[in-house]
Amino acid sequence: MTAPVAALLSVRGLVKRFPGVTALQGVDFEVRAGEVHCLLGQNGAGKSTLIKVLSGAHRPDEGEIYWRGELVSFGNPTAAMRSGVAAIYQELDLVAGLSVADNVFLGHELSTMGFSQRAEARRRTRALLDLLGHPEISPDRDVGQLSVAHQQVVSMARALSLDGQLLIMDEPSAVLDPDEVRVLFGVIRELTARGVAVVYISHRLAEIREIGDRVTVLKDGRTVATGLSAREVKTSELIALMTGRVLDNVFPDRKPVAPDAPEVLVVRGLGDGDRFRDVDFTVRSGEVVGLAGLVGSGRSEILETVYGARKAADGTVEVNGRALRRGSVGAAVRAGMGLCPEERKSQGLLLDQAVYRNITVSSLSSFARFGFLDDRAERARSGRLTEALDVRPAGVDRVVRGLSGGNQQKVVLARWLLRECRVLLLDEPTRGVDVGARSEIYELIRELADSGVAVVVVSSDIEEVLGLADRVLVLREGRVVHDGPADEIDESQVLDLVMEGHAA
Amino acid sequence: MSEDTAAVAAHEQQRAPVGKDNGRGISGLLASPAGRNTGLVVALVLLCLGGVVTAGDRFADVDNLLTILRLAAVIGVVSVGMTFVITGGGIDLSVGAIVALSSVWATTLATQGIANDTHWIVIVFTALLVGGACGLVNGALIAYGRVVAFIATLASLAAARGLAEIISNRKTQIVNVPGFAAFFDASVLGVPVLVVIFAAVAVAGWVLLNRTTFGRRTFAVGGNPEAARLAGIDVRRHTVMLYTLLGLCCGLAAVMLVARTTTGSATHGGLYELDAIAAVVIGGTLLSGGRGTIAGTVFGVLIFTTLSNVFTLNNLSISAQAVAKGAIIVVAVLLQQRLARRSGA
Repeated sequence: MTAPVAALLSVRGLVKRFPGVTALQGVDFEVRAGEVHCLLGQNGAGKSTLIKVLSGAHRPDEGEIYWRGELVSFGNPTAAMRSGVAAIYQELDLVAGLSVADNVFLGHELSTMGFSQRAEARRRTRALLDLLGHPEISPDRDVGQLSVAHQQVVSMARALSLDGQLLIMDEPSAVLDPDEVRVLFGVIRELTARGVAVVYISHRLAEIREIGDRVTVLKDGRTVATGLSAREVKTSELIALMTGRVLDNVFPDRKPVAPDAPEVLVVRGLGDGDRFRDVDFTVRSGEVVGLAGLVGSGRSEILETVYGARKAADGTVEVNGRALRRGSVGAAVRAGMGLCPEERKSQGLLLDQAVYRNITVSSLSSFARFGFLDDRAERARSGRLTEALDVRPAGVDRVVRGLSGGNQQKVVLARWLLRECRVLLLDEPTRGVDVGARSEIYELIRELADSGVAVVVVSSDIEEVLGLADRVLVLREGRVVHDGPADEIDESQVLDLVMEGHAA
Repeated sequence: MSEDTAAVAAHEQQRAPVGKDNGRGISGLLASPAGRNTGLVVALVLLCLGGVVTAGDRFADVDNLLTILRLAAVIGVVSVGMTFVITGGGIDLSVGAIVALSSVWATTLATQGIANDTHWIVIVFTALLVGGACGLVNGALIAYGRVVAFIATLASLAAARGLAEIISNRKTQIVNVPGFAAFFDASVLGVPVLVVIFAAVAVAGWVLLNRTTFGRRTFAVGGNPEAARLAGIDVRRHTVMLYTLLGLCCGLAAVMLVARTTTGSATHGGLYELDAIAAVVIGGTLLSGGRGTIAGTVFGVLIFTTLSNVFTLNNLSISAQAVAKGAIIVVAVLLQQRLARRSGA
């Protein structure tokens, strides 16, 4: 850097701990007025936590935030907004049912002596929307009826309504189509020309090159590089920074899948009419197939559709040669399928119930005679499974909520082990699981495959997909763009495929 | 229930030890409800003491105690059914109206005529059929029509009571089927048949909730419907079964009410929905679903009925009873939260 430019925002040594995890462990970077500063990092690198700390939603445990040269501490998002820092989250925080103007001034309504100044709010909203290049949005429209792109514009107007100087945008393009992204970039350029700084988060390297000025890379909660030129830095360098690992997970050895192993799961032409289409793949007995792709690439949706939790619009799913009824979880489970869902707590577990009840919930009829449950047999079978999987602390009467993420995942796995399922679908099997338990779960999955189960793994951790799977399918925007053996492709090739759609 | 109470209750549930409610053998079976229902037992004992002190022998009289039980029987049967629906994550506001409609349908001149020509059991089956059908409609609307339970059953409340008025032409229908009255007025070993039915329903309800796949699925569906669905449980079908079960309970309650009053009427079962929900909730069943106790519900029903009896014996007004009821609900819920927090700490 030649001439030092005064930083608008400067962050030093930021640390944020949550029970059991340190999400940020030393983040440094600075943002200048009028620049687009890109934050890059893999899932779990700490980007979302960083945004929440900067926008006042979380308080940091250590470290300093300087705003216009002064040490600050934002107690809550409104305080941050009043100082001029506003975040636009992936999940837009707008209230459907209220008008555009009401949303823009939500939390800092214009009023005199308690009476709201609706005309003034409308006038200022219109001015902001004009500024953002969207005069066609009426301040009186119900926000719930706007397109996602327009809702984003309203969110930006809201951020600017308090004289925002720094906008933090968390993957704004993830929900937009290419035309809308172009419009968004136009707005961003307009803002930066006026001296507003933007912190832009995206997985898409092409976008970062187009809109960004400088790049900061986060990995495992730390800044690994900052102030890189967005246009000049090499793709390979960015990928190396994002992926270079301190802690390597040990993946179990693969056994070659017998070429004559039966095709247990056959998916043909699957589509949901929306997020993905024409998905074909087969999984043999003993084979682990990994699905890699970005958030929004349709990977979880595909898994849920195969399982019948979402209704397919096209295509067929066959298990052992028999087609399953569309949109029926019951049919899938009866055919020998099991799913460990992405959101373990909200989709997988009965959190306030005992371990054994969570394990037997899918096999109740096998413990029942004329509908009456054999409690003792349930506990005994669950006990043997939890022992075999080394669920700690032991005890089938424990409430699942109290277990760690890794042990909760083992409980979900035990549920399907109990059923002796033939096809196991795993969505983010190690999310929220610490490193030690991770390798145990990897080994478990491998053992299952070796015993003849057909396994499908979805993960946003590319290394995990490559290390665990025999074969990898790469998804991009709801289509399979690559299908091949896992040992013939490396992490950067996959990253290139998911981000740009063609192998480097 | 406010959001705060729900949150605290959820917190309380999270801390509550699990597994104790599946007692092994008789000792566990006896210990568990008593352990969890200490507050309820204390409240009931205090109420009885109050009755003895203020009304003396008029309260502590076998006939009076049997009267309390007879009064508790009808709302008790509804409350047992309600426990299932609430444990399964639902709510039903139409129970009182279903009781009224069943009582009316089962006592029309036509039904009574058939009953007189064949057997009085026709009245019972008619009431059960009507109640079950109403529950089935509720369940189907909620599970397959995706109407919010509160709204669906609010609509049924209006419709069922209206239908009852149309059928009865707003007249009280007197029952004149000899065998019917004789059967339900009888006693078994000194215990009125109505009370025996309530006891049987409570025991059957306990077994169904705690010892069968149906009960276990009810906890799963109420605790986390999405997880239950992804575990392979047919959540919608189960929801329909829960409301149908409650409908059948309402039909049975209608039969009992017809027997007790010897009439069928569109005004029967007024505010039963509130009484049943109150009894279930003070019994310790979580309004947000996932935890439920039949024993607690039975205690809840007994507390309210005893309260009303004590007030009546002391010539206190219905309005005073209502105030006391409200106070009891608040105190009971506060007390339970306190106890749960202490046991969790």
